[in-house]
Amino acid sequence: MGSVRNITSYSGNGLRDWLVQRVSAIILAVYILTLVAFMICHQNLTYGDWSTLFSNLFFKIFTVIALFSLILHAWVGIWTVLTDYVKPTWLRGLIEIAVIISLIGYFIWGVEILWNIQGVLF
Amino acid sequence: MSDLTKKVHFKIYRYNPDVDQAPYMKDYHIDVPADRDIMLLNALFLIKNEDDGFGYRRSCAEGVCGSDGMNINGRNGLACITPLSSLKEPIVVRPLPGFPVIRDLVVDMDQFYKQYEKIKPYLQNSNPAPAQERLQSPKARLKLDGLYECILCACCSSSCPSFWWNPEKFIGPAGLLQAYRFLADSRDDHTEERLAELQDPFSVFRCRGIMNCVDVCPKGLNPTRAIGKIRSLLLQEAL
Amino acid sequence: MSLPTYEFDAVIIGAGGAGMRAALALAQSGYKTALVSKVFPTRSHTVSAQGGITCAVGNTHEDDWRWHMYDTVKGSDYIGDQASIEYMCKTGPECVYELEHMGLPFSRLDNGKIYQRPFGGQSKNFGGEQAARTCAAADRTGHALLHTLYQQNLQAKTHVFSEWYAIDLVKASDDSGFAGVMVMSIETGELAFMSARAIIFATGGAGRIFQSTTNAHINTGDGVGMIARAGLVLQDMEMWQFHPTGIAGAGCLVTEGCRGEGGYLINKDGERFMERYAPHAKDLASRDVVARAMALEMRAGNGFAPNGIDHVKLKLDHLGADIIKSRLPGIRELSMTFAGVDPIYEPIPVVPTCHYMMGGIPTNVHGQVITKDTNNQDKIVDGLYAAGECACVSVHGANRLGGNSLLDLVVFGRASGLHVQEQLNSYLPRKNASEADLEAAMSRHQRWMTDKNGEHVSDIRAEMQKIMQSDFGVFRTGEFMEEGVEKLKTLVERMKHATIDDHSKVFNTSLVEAMEAENLLVTAMATAVSALHRTESRGAHSREDFPKRDDENWLVHSTYQQENHVMGTREVNRAPKFIEPFEPKERVY
Repeated sequence: MGSVRNITSYSGNGLRDWLVQRVSAIILAVYILTLVAFMICHQNLTYGDWSTLFSNLFFKIFTVIALFSLILHAWVGIWTVLTDYVKPTWLRGLIEIAVIISLIGYFIWGVEILWNIQGVLF
Repeated sequence: MSDLTKKVHFKIYRYNPDVDQAPYMKDYHIDVPADRDIMLLNALFLIKNEDDGFGYRRSCAEGVCGSDGMNINGRNGLACITPLSSLKEPIVVRPLPGFPVIRDLVVDMDQFYKQYEKIKPYLQNSNPAPAQERLQSPKARLKLDGLYECILCACCSSSCPSFWWNPEKFIGPAGLLQAYRFLADSRDDHTEERLAELQDPFSVFRCRGIMNCVDVCPKGLNPTRAIGKIRSLLLQEAL
Repeated sequence: MSLPTYEFDAVIIGAGGAGMRAALALAQSGYKTALVSKVFPTRSHTVSAQGGITCAVGNTHEDDWRWHMYDTVKGSDYIGDQASIEYMCKTGPECVYELEHMGLPFSRLDNGKIYQRPFGGQSKNFGGEQAARTCAAADRTGHALLHTLYQQNLQAKTHVFSEWYAIDLVKASDDSGFAGVMVMSIETGELAFMSARAIIFATGGAGRIFQSTTNAHINTGDGVGMIARAGLVLQDMEMWQFHPTGIAGAGCLVTEGCRGEGGYLINKDGERFMERYAPHAKDLASRDVVARAMALEMRAGNGFAPNGIDHVKLKLDHLGADIIKSRLPGIRELSMTFAGVDPIYEPIPVVPTCHYMMGGIPTNVHGQVITKDTNNQDKIVDGLYAAGECACVSVHGANRLGGNSLLDLVVFGRASGLHVQEQLNSYLPRKNASEADLEAAMSRHQRWMTDKNGEHVSDIRAEMQKIMQSDFGVFRTGEFMEEGVEKLKTLVERMKHATIDDHSKVFNTSLVEAMEAENLLVTAMATAVSALHRTESRGAHSREDFPKRDDENWLVHSTYQQENHVMGTREVNRAPKFIEPFEPKERVY
């Protein structure tokens, strides 16, 4: 008996996974609502408005946090689904590695885009 | 009592590993009393009278022993407290889903019992027992209502997809209901140890809250609520 | 023969309350113990017990085990063994506290102590006012008790053979007793010999000999059958309790606790008729008294459906929704399911229904099985024990009081477990069985598995139930019983040639049911012959041709041996250890 250990889980702790899932969801919800509010306030949204928003330092940090939340949220969710449905360990491991690589890739890519916005302005 | 009867159409899952290559559904047209309602279990007796080789479990016939859990018209329930009048024809009866079938409606419930055993379903108290009873206020006792009544029929766990996918790791609604029954008992002082055993990503946290268990429980119990309470306890413990 | 053999120090047959309590007593002993049960332990019939477990813990008023003992002796109509009753009533509180410590979720009084409710036949101060002595977990006490005991056995790591069926005792080759039990795994159909130094029977009742019963389908007198076939004695088999309140038509039990909480019976005129039959105790008179009163009411045309399933009604609505929901939630559930009636608003249709076997396998206070030697003297069968409903220790005599069965099974389950342990410490050798002994013990299994094209066993069972219901019910008369015995004898002959269609091995429920039906028929036969033999009315045994109790001739146990249906008598124990015995008095409530 004893607790079930699985190294591929985010933390090996169900409560932490569960909390991450909820907290990241809240962050994402707030982030999306902020974007929606911004778009409502700027009915004729231009590229200029958009890049002004994203060049704001606070919003930039907010975006990185949201992106990070998305990555964590996705990882916990996908890991859960994979452990439900993909039973052969080797196959699941393979898919998990692919998912991890792409998630990290997306994150780096996202941050890089944010850098680029900075580049345009300066 | 009059002898008025009517024909009722059943489709029953049949599989005897001794003689059958594969499971199949068998049709029965059975005469049942027309002037009064009977329970599905009574109808199964009538079928067995006609077809000796048909197997299912039964004991108390009043919904307290938990023997005759089965899938009735797509929904888990106890045959002995399911009136025939509540069922649409053809009445399709299958074994509880998610368990290996031993024969006909008889399933292998080992995994289900193992998960129950995992939560240490017995009172643990490190203090020596007093000469008389341990006192418990009616208010503290009230917390056990809705928990201790479980009859281990497995209708809930067998309707839970999370239990289907991870029967060896997810404790399942029945076991978790009992886990909370002991967490909630004012006489049990092993709360910390019990919670420590439940922290992993599977035991409790595979519950996705879809409430199939609540929907089918023949005793009207609410495992989802109990699971929520375990989660709250885990959270309180962590904070 | 390649018959697998399992060696144990002790084998317990049956995992209801008695079997599991015995297993628990043995679990800590270090002796290798097996608990064999034909159903998963929590499916055993103890689970259906509702009202509670009676013992003088005195939580609601001053109480004394001697008062409980007085009530039980009186309830037994004076053929309960007083040494056993004394042991049960005196040890009761200890056993109930043990259950509480194990975690049984008893209902509670405001001061935190175990809740107790009034039950039938209970009095303070040797026949004084109504007592409240039954400890309860709402109306699910049996369920709570059985699950608690199973949980304790899990913790104790008892070796459970779940869904294994005991076929017959295996005689020792030197004729010194029994070497073990022949068992079958229901799941695989595999037979095995369980060699044991001690065997405890905890096989429960046999209410399925009647058409209408509160008993589970598994209550088929397996222990009674095995003991009878082994040539041992059965005792007081005519004594069957008819519970006053089974749901009409369905047979489900409605606890006496309903009347304990203040419910009462009414006839079609709405009259509380028990006031006429038992002016003092009214609806809380002893079960035999209430059941007879109900039968008489219906016979007088005062039932609700004289042309259908006749019944009287149990009125609870005046108790209010709160009491019903908190104290009787299971009853509410059952009556809504099986009678279509919510007791908060409407009375429940009820009828006396076969409920409990007071007779059974005679034992002493340690649970040791007693038989008769060739000189008709009592003889202990070494290594053989019985406890719970299958046993006749005899604490219930001719009529059991409500709440005493759960007490009986924990007190004597525990006592036999403890005594087995003692005996294993001192002696009890392992006995050997010859090939012939083993073959004899599996013979009935072999017959069912090979014989073909005979009469179907279910027809015989149905006929037996009909005979028992009509000729051996609440009221009995010699004439009908004689006919009944003759009919049963022909059924015994027919049973020898009956067959089943299914000869496959895996989970063959037809095979199990056939072997159960054989045990039922043995039990029915013993009941019928014993009932015809006892020419008096006592407790639950009520003869219209002998309406009076006859202490001169019948203040004795009756004994029955299967071979040639030999009847005899055994003295009632009237030698309690700590107090003066209670002398027979007229029994009024």
